[in-house]
Order: sequence, then C-alpha cells, then structure tokens
Amino acid sequence: MKRLLVLAALLLTAPALAQEEQSTAPYAYRQLDDPAQETKAQDLMESLRCLQCQGQSIADSDAPIAGSMRSLVRERIASGEEPEAIRAWLIERYGDYVSYAPQLTTLTWPLFAVPAVLVLIAFLLLRRRFTRTPTENGQ
Amino acid sequence: MTDTSARAPRWAIWLPLALFLGFVALVLIGLYRPADRNVASALVGKAMPEFDLPAALPGRPGLDSKVLANGKPHLVNVFASWCVPCRVEAPQLGELAKAGVPIEGISVRDTTENLHAFLEENGDPFQRIGADDDGKVQLALGSSGVPETYVVNGRGKIVYQHIGEIRPEHLGLLLEKLKEAGQ
Repeated sequence: MKRLLVLAALLLTAPALAQEEQSTAPYAYRQLDDPAQETKAQDLMESLRCLQCQGQSIADSDAPIAGSMRSLVRERIASGEEPEAIRAWLIERYGDYVSYAPQLTTLTWPLFAVPAVLVLIAFLLLRRRFTRTPTENGQ
Repeated sequence: MTDTSARAPRWAIWLPLALFLGFVALVLIGLYRPADRNVASALVGKAMPEFDLPAALPGRPGLDSKVLANGKPHLVNVFASWCVPCRVEAPQLGELAKAGVPIEGISVRDTTENLHAFLEENGDPFQRIGADDDGKVQLALGSSGVPETYVVNGRGKIVYQHIGEIRPEHLGLLLEKLKEAGQ
C-alpha cells in the first residue's frame, strides 16, 4: 500500500518536471550518467562565465542562457570532446571574457610579468640589505 | 641599525595621501562612467555559422543559414516571447519589414503557444522563424542575450551586431549598415 502511494506521488510530480524542462536544453539541469565525464564537465562549467549574470559561473547561475551553456558543455563532453576545445569554441564566439581561466595574450602578459618583476626587485633589495649588515658589524 | 626614515625625502610624507586620492579618482570614474557590460559577439566580420533550425510555428518555414547567403542583405533577429525588450522593439522591426528589409527570426527557448500569442500581440515582421529550443544556435552566434540583431550581407557574412532592443533612434544606423552590406 505504501509503495503504491509513493508511486502515485511520483506520477504526480512527473508532469511538473516535464513542464520545467520543456523549453530548455536537455542537460541544463541533468547530470551526465558517467561520473568521470560529469566531473570533467563540472570543472569546465565552473570556469566559464555566465553571460547574463556576469559575476557567476555557468555552474552557479540559474539564467536560461547558463542552462543552455551547461547543456552544450555536457553534450560535447559526452561526445568525447576535450574541455579545452569547448572553451576555445566559446572564446572564438564570445572572446576571452567568457572564460575565467586567464589567457596569456598581448594584452594580459603584464599581469603575468609584474609578479615576477616584483619578486626580482625584492630579491635585489634584500640582497643589498643582507650583504651590508656584516660590514656594519665590522665597523 | 641604520635609520632609513631620516633619509626619506620630504615629499614622501605626501605619498599615502596621493595614493588615496588616486584611488578615490578611480572609484569616481567607475561610478560615473561604468564600463560597457555587453558581451559583443566575436563573429562580427566573420561568416555566419551554419545551422538549420526547424520551424517555430506550424505552416511557416524554419531558418536554414543557407538562405542568408542568397545575395541580399538580411537582418537576423534573436528574440523570445518571454523577453520584455523584444516587445519594445517590435514596432521598429515592423517598420523595417515595411521598408522591405528581409527579417529572419531565431526564437530562443520558446513554446509554440507563447510565440503565437507574442506575434499576435506585437505583429509579425519575420519571413522565417527558426526554433532554437535549446539555445545552441544562440551560443553558436556568440549572442549573449535577447534581443540581438545581426546584419548579414548577401554572402552570409555578419557585418554588424546590435545588442539590446532596437529603439526608433537606431533605425537610421541599421538601415545604413544594411545599405553598406548590400554594396
């Protein structure tokens, strides 16, 4: 009897779910069956920007376009495409902005160079300081 | 130990204040002239991606990207019945259609009933409407929202992208881009 009730309840929820998924992409809110592939997809989705709510990744966002992007990512991963190829496909269409993974370009290279330069300057300054101390002690 | 502060130049005392003022100036610039948050398609100047969308309404043709390369410039309008600015631009699209501009629609994540009601209410300027139910073609176009309008030349190349609703003041620019695309 209890099992029958559960079954009846499940049947009632099905139309509601179907309605929600009607106009959206198939894998917007559905995970891939293969856990390894889903992990791969999830990692990529967390590093792609939602174009509607730009502070969020497509994994976090409930915007309809983020749903479409999640579905695109999952379907392509399921068909064996590499995550970086999918990222490149999106960058080709939306520019670097769509990806949270920083790209090394003619515009962004100072971001990578400045920390190295600062470490170098710090090293030079400290070396002067460390080499001076003994001579002062000797005076 | 050596006393470094004694050797610091006198102007150095103003350095923190100068840094602070510089920071305030930066914040004010950001407040009064915020950056453009629209994500433009990187495909402007490139060929329209290939797609073949099924008909969004029974009895009307769907949208195959091949028709865009038929020698005449087209407008491709990405829209949806659930999008409020799409209602705002409907009169302008109607005007463009009346002026003889072929307008092709891509209906994003929509249902037949809603789309039908939307066109009934706001007019139907479209020659063909393709149903992009999962939003794949929208992503292929590099479109980041609805509405967006692309000017495509007769060889199927995207020459211009208009982001957001077309307001009356945008009509001149769009017609000019269409004219350029037709040359």
